[in-house]
Amino acid sequence: MAYISKRNRRKEKDRQTAANNRSELIAAGFKRRDLLKMGLLTGAGMLIPKKGLSAHPITSAGMVFDDPQSPPTTPFVENMPRLQVLAPVASLTPAPTPTPNTPAGEERSVAHQAFAQFPPQRYYEMSQQQGTVLMAPVGELPPQTIWGFNGITPGPMIVERYGVLGSPGNGSILVRQRNNLPSNNGGFGFPSVTTHLHNGHTPLESDGFPCFFFAQGKFYDYHYPNVYAGVNSTHPGTGDIKEAMHTLWYHDHRIDHTAENTYKGLAGAYILFNEFDTGDENTGFRLPSFGDGQNPLTSFDIYMVFNDKVFDADTGLLRFDLFNTDGILGDKFLVNGKINPVLHVSPRRYRFRWLNTGPSRFYQMFVLGPNNTTKSFWQISTDGNLLERPMQVNSSRFSVAERVDVIVDFTGQAGKTFYLENRLEQEDGRGPTGNVLGAGQGNKILKIVVDGPAVADNSIDPATIPANTTYFYGFPNTNDAPRITRTFRFERGNGQWQVNGQLVGGCNQSPRFRIKRNTVEKWVFQNNSGGWQHPIHMHFEEFQTLSINGNPPSSTGIISRGRKDVFRLEHNMEAKVYFRFRDFIGKIPLHCHNVVHEDHAMMVLGQIDDVGDNNTQP
Amino acid sequence: MTDKKRRSLVAALGAAPFVVPLLAKAQILDAPSKFKVIDSRERIRQRYFPNLVLTTQEGKKVKFYDDLVKDKIVVFNMFYAKCEGICSPVTRNLARVQNLLGDRVGKDIFFYSFSLKPKEDTVPALKHYAEMHKVKPGWLFLTGSPDDMELLRRKLGFVDPDPEVDKDTSNHIGVLKYGNEPLQRWGGCPGMQAPDAIAEAISWVDWPKDSANMKANGGAK
Repeated sequence: MAYISKRNRRKEKDRQTAANNRSELIAAGFKRRDLLKMGLLTGAGMLIPKKGLSAHPITSAGMVFDDPQSPPTTPFVENMPRLQVLAPVASLTPAPTPTPNTPAGEERSVAHQAFAQFPPQRYYEMSQQQGTVLMAPVGELPPQTIWGFNGITPGPMIVERYGVLGSPGNGSILVRQRNNLPSNNGGFGFPSVTTHLHNGHTPLESDGFPCFFFAQGKFYDYHYPNVYAGVNSTHPGTGDIKEAMHTLWYHDHRIDHTAENTYKGLAGAYILFNEFDTGDENTGFRLPSFGDGQNPLTSFDIYMVFNDKVFDADTGLLRFDLFNTDGILGDKFLVNGKINPVLHVSPRRYRFRWLNTGPSRFYQMFVLGPNNTTKSFWQISTDGNLLERPMQVNSSRFSVAERVDVIVDFTGQAGKTFYLENRLEQEDGRGPTGNVLGAGQGNKILKIVVDGPAVADNSIDPATIPANTTYFYGFPNTNDAPRITRTFRFERGNGQWQVNGQLVGGCNQSPRFRIKRNTVEKWVFQNNSGGWQHPIHMHFEEFQTLSINGNPPSSTGIISRGRKDVFRLEHNMEAKVYFRFRDFIGKIPLHCHNVVHEDHAMMVLGQIDDVGDNNTQP
Repeated sequence: MTDKKRRSLVAALGAAPFVVPLLAKAQILDAPSKFKVIDSRERIRQRYFPNLVLTTQEGKKVKFYDDLVKDKIVVFNMFYAKCEGICSPVTRNLARVQNLLGDRVGKDIFFYSFSLKPKEDTVPALKHYAEMHKVKPGWLFLTGSPDDMELLRRKLGFVDPDPEVDKDTSNHIGVLKYGNEPLQRWGGCPGMQAPDAIAEAISWVDWPKDSANMKANGGAK
């Protein structure tokens, strides 16, 4: 029996009955004439809300919205998978070259600009291919066909380390991506891909630009120097340690088809350690140990990939709404590829790295304790960037592509059960309603049982860190004057997404903005799109927020003060943000990360070069 | 469909449902699996492409799936003949796309514009609109009963979740949906995007090079 809160149980039952009844009508081949005769159609031609046909509220226009209902699944019986760590390979054949190896089948078109400066120290190889997975307990859903990096979803996790300060190049890697996707997509999926490491400070030809896609049978080498911004500019030879990023992810970014590809499974995790965020709780910032990422006795740093999906009520297969332009909401919640799994933990502190891959949902995540209590926890980062110090919170809000690192302390909680619960109400792909539901009334995503063995905990207890100190790196200043201020107005007109009244022009257009390398820009994001909320994402650099609707980020406004790469632009909001664009040049996109909007042109394609332009409304 | 069967099905509404076999291609698996095996292309047809009878600007009756969509590369948009706002610019823009795609349009690529105001858009009105925009063969302007046109618009996703906005017909005009039906590759883009960008997006759902379809229809753009 699917887990459904009491509030929704009747509604869910009605929906299932209605969906079954509709299927029967279709199956029986009822013509519209028949339906009219039976008094089942309105004058406008809609199936009327006779009980059993639709449990949806009817709009004033007499319309009934299609309401997918996944088959029931049993929650909290399967263990939450730990992401597999990808091992590097000894060599790549053919050996990687700075210029594209076209004769061998590489479909890159731009040479690696930093290959000589930061030669790769390690190589990885991945095959983007079809796979078959079980997302629910055996028999509850059929095996699912997915497209994944190495045929799994989430894809294998890359765990790497920045070079030590002074030897930045030692963190440099190269990842060869092969497109081994099939032509038969089983209903959705586009077998032409480009892989984006979100949000690496990556030379732009290796950044997964939406138009740099490669075809079946081809490959593309991605060069990730893993250096701090400023390495060739403001902080030569080291980069600025305050630009360190620790929790990233990678995913397909194919223009016009990102939503179906990421939904079908093309996403994975990427972690960067350094001499401060070491992965060993005995050193540096003493964040919970990563170990090998697998062993529950030594690994307390756990990456959790959240997404929500819909499964066809009749076939039980993953379902993607082909003609949706607003945003897709799933009714099944997955963590690391499993619907509603369970995690067993020891009574100590854990670092959880939370990522929402969407497609469109916003979360406000709580830790629900026994008797519907709310357990506070510590947020330590925004979009993978450490804050000044851990901040105690009752919840974290994040939209598509945002990451949140948290420390949850289960010390003294042996024998107890907790849930990660999303309480942010959302009814369609446009964005949340804004209502935060009561404890126990939301979506219980993951069950956490504190029944693991007692183990030592040498990680920092955030409660012991004095307030108002800088425990982590601190933030870069926002004092340097911008070379230019640009405004991006996100709107909807005639059912289409626009930025500054324009539509993305496809892959052959001129860049809409040209940023001058090693300069500062101030950007203004405006949301005039009425009921929609948009997670706005800029590649390559992190920004800091200067103001929201004219107000400075408050001292308790975690999201407002941290470095981020996704700005959650809410209703009628205007935000001003501060960027430094350093070190590398090339093509770069700004876009909404509700991947359904992204595929319907909510994107601006620009570039970084050594000239720049003065277009204040690109 | 016998009356007896109809009555029993009507009686079943609201009661616990029973499963009936779906169309010819479906197989019901034996126990223990409760799931049906349905070809994905067929599932798309069931979900999005009702076989409604529509009327073209030449007064010809056609069935939506069988005659217009099956086995083809298609481009859908919404319009109405008396539209003051964006309709004409989108239609003119699509006419440029038609030129870029050359004589593929009418062979295996088809443009379909569906009326949002079927009561007003008579066959002569459609024909006049088409002539005004100098559309070439392979592009149909379609109307049908108001029920059917409304159902079609909703099935193809030319909707707005806000009911007030949804009622405003001018708000459904701007988007194109396109795809390759047999390859199950679908997409959408703004109707006012640069024509070469639209043609490029359509080319991405084209038949693979060297395929029989490509050879039969004159090659990739």
